[in-house]
Amino acid sequence: MKLLTKIKSFKGGVHPKESKELTEHLGFEIMPTPQMVIIPLSQHIGKPSIAVIKKKDEVKTGQIIAEADGFVSVPIHASVSGIVTEIHREPNVAGSPIEAIVIKSNEQKETISFTQMNPSIITPDQIRERVKEAGIVGQGGAAFPTFIKLTPQAEKKIDYVILNGCECEPYLTRDYRLMIDQTEEVLGGLKLMMKALCVEKGAIGVEDNKPEAILMLKEYVKKYPGISVEVLKTKYPQGAEKMLIKAVNGKEVPPGKLPLDVGVVVQNIGTAVAIYDAVIKGEPQITAALTVSGRGIMNPKNLIVKVGTPLSEVLEYCGGVTNDAVKVVVGGPMMGVAQYDFSAPIMKATSGILVLTESEVNSHPETPCLKCGKCIEVCPLGLVPTKIARYSQLEKYEEAENSNITVCMECGTCTFTCPGNIPLVQWIRLGKKRVLKLQKEKLTA
Amino acid sequence: MLNISENPNYKLELASSPHIHSRWNTKQAMWMVVLALFPSLISAVVFFGISQLLVVSVSVAFCVLTEIIIKVVRKRKISIGDGSGVITGLLLGLILPPNFSLPFTAIGSVVAIAIGKEVFGGIGFNIFNPALVGRAFLQAAFPVPMTTWSKANYSADAVSSATPLSAFKFDSIFAESSNLFFGNVSGSIGETSAFAVLIGGLFLIAAGIVNWRVPAAMILGAVIFGGIFWIINPVKYPDPVFHLFAGGFLFGAFFMATDWVTSPLTQKGMWIFGLGIALMVIFVRIFGGLPEGVMYAILFMNAFGALMNKYTPPKLFGEVK
Repeated sequence: MKLLTKIKSFKGGVHPKESKELTEHLGFEIMPTPQMVIIPLSQHIGKPSIAVIKKKDEVKTGQIIAEADGFVSVPIHASVSGIVTEIHREPNVAGSPIEAIVIKSNEQKETISFTQMNPSIITPDQIRERVKEAGIVGQGGAAFPTFIKLTPQAEKKIDYVILNGCECEPYLTRDYRLMIDQTEEVLGGLKLMMKALCVEKGAIGVEDNKPEAILMLKEYVKKYPGISVEVLKTKYPQGAEKMLIKAVNGKEVPPGKLPLDVGVVVQNIGTAVAIYDAVIKGEPQITAALTVSGRGIMNPKNLIVKVGTPLSEVLEYCGGVTNDAVKVVVGGPMMGVAQYDFSAPIMKATSGILVLTESEVNSHPETPCLKCGKCIEVCPLGLVPTKIARYSQLEKYEEAENSNITVCMECGTCTFTCPGNIPLVQWIRLGKKRVLKLQKEKLTA
Repeated sequence: MLNISENPNYKLELASSPHIHSRWNTKQAMWMVVLALFPSLISAVVFFGISQLLVVSVSVAFCVLTEIIIKVVRKRKISIGDGSGVITGLLLGLILPPNFSLPFTAIGSVVAIAIGKEVFGGIGFNIFNPALVGRAFLQAAFPVPMTTWSKANYSADAVSSATPLSAFKFDSIFAESSNLFFGNVSGSIGETSAFAVLIGGLFLIAAGIVNWRVPAAMILGAVIFGGIFWIINPVKYPDPVFHLFAGGFLFGAFFMATDWVTSPLTQKGMWIFGLGIALMVIFVRIFGGLPEGVMYAILFMNAFGALMNKYTPPKLFGEVK
């Protein structure tokens, strides 16, 4: 009978080559503190933080160097002890250069940390306050300030916290290693989130290509009533919030709505660990756990790196790149950002660095659309990618809007699949920006 | 060697995500279709003799040639390497009568590519299946040679014979189903063997190249609509198995109707498309003046492609109707 039970999932999606074998067996290595760190003032969605130190100031590890500006913002802490040498615009892994604090390390060991808290007597407000002052941002990619997601809204009843252990992006094994090596922290972090939101039910969704992690979690979870481990089908983008919720509890988040609207908060594995570290161990978010992989890097690794470490130093630490490397990506291969300047620093939400070779990128010349319909079949959100990409290309923004271009989450499944190698999601991304801009103009007019 | 931004030997790509691609691209998929047609080609040689390869070769050669000439005249990039011209040639060759006149074959090929594909702007833009356009033209221009069928397993020029469909239509004779299945009956060069078609067709479905919904809908349609008549009067009307294995039904279902360009994009559209073809085939076979209707049924439904795409959008995730 067991064979007949359908593994939980969603409709559509693809199964790219996983390539996780490069790093999945490797535990985290702690990379030595670099000579210099570049700490961007905007490592989250929302307003950039405001620097509270000056050039030539001496700072200690864990000291606040920038304060939150407004509600959707977080403080930033020094990741090394040393002297502030510059506060100016620096290259950034997300795209254009942004303001950053440069600290030259003086190799002092002294650190500033918070008081350690007892999980059994802590209140929801204390958890939120600590998550906020520790500067924690979501580790799933969007880097949304975590304390906001832990603040319940009066009109929306939250009854479920789902931890995203899918790690559906190929290559990345960070969450996998965290689930195995820091199972206690992962579940403890989830418990703290449930407490902050006054929620009884929690779940961890894990893809079925991670049997070892599932085994560990199932063993540890016995100590945590209310938390279940949900085994999900290995399929991209299983880790997208909407797909994850659908697979775990069958609810569909309507177009343009948030998980909150169906009573669910989704958090990343890395975020849970960061919350545990902040609350229980008193540590601010000054390191990033990440996977360095791809067939273009000499020694693939799972690393713990100080926030602000330049990409070039991480690549060097991993033995440098091979001769056939053609692309360096920060994040996963499906949604990550290709890099052009390797002095750009690691940020709080950086989950991976991939060095890809020609054969991995597998690019081919573009052909006209052959109307095969594969992009429609795989789109997890039920869009018609070929049509809306075409509207965007022809600058027919009204038609694009009517075809729900703004619903697209840019997972890239369509482009991955397209036999004609049409850059569908790229056109859609462009069109989406235009449509949103036009909508804004209409509102202000 | 380390700082790849400073090393001129590195060709750094900066294209935006996704940074990886599935193993299939158009070119590979097209050549897979060519491969999938080989069983039918073999069945043609087995039942109608080696000379059928000549008909198919002429068809392929003139399709490719026509495409090259048109591309050169229009000053466009020659894209013959994508295999689509070869496929049209193979498909057209395989749906002609055995030992069909070579000059007429060449004319059909030119029409298939020029009128069926290139006038619309080339690959991806045509509305009708090019090979069927070519055959429809030949049917209209040369009706007699297009309906002269040599008998299976007989030497070339001699014996002409009725196809199972015309035998049923004009003489109410039902062919032996095992002969129908393996293809030991008269009919178009590559269409008679359901067995060979199924090998190639199922391979294409397993490889994820053609969408299973189109052949599934056609087969389901033939079983339902053919079955209704058969239940009404099993003496007068053939059973659904006959409908499936006779004529060009399966060849059409797996190789013609599944053409990416001319079949609908949406899943609902594919079901309507397949069922519509089957309905029309059964009606033509039972009530029409012609023994076979697969070609016209597919061409007819091709015309509704855009309409079906428009009125059968996929369900938006999370949308409540």
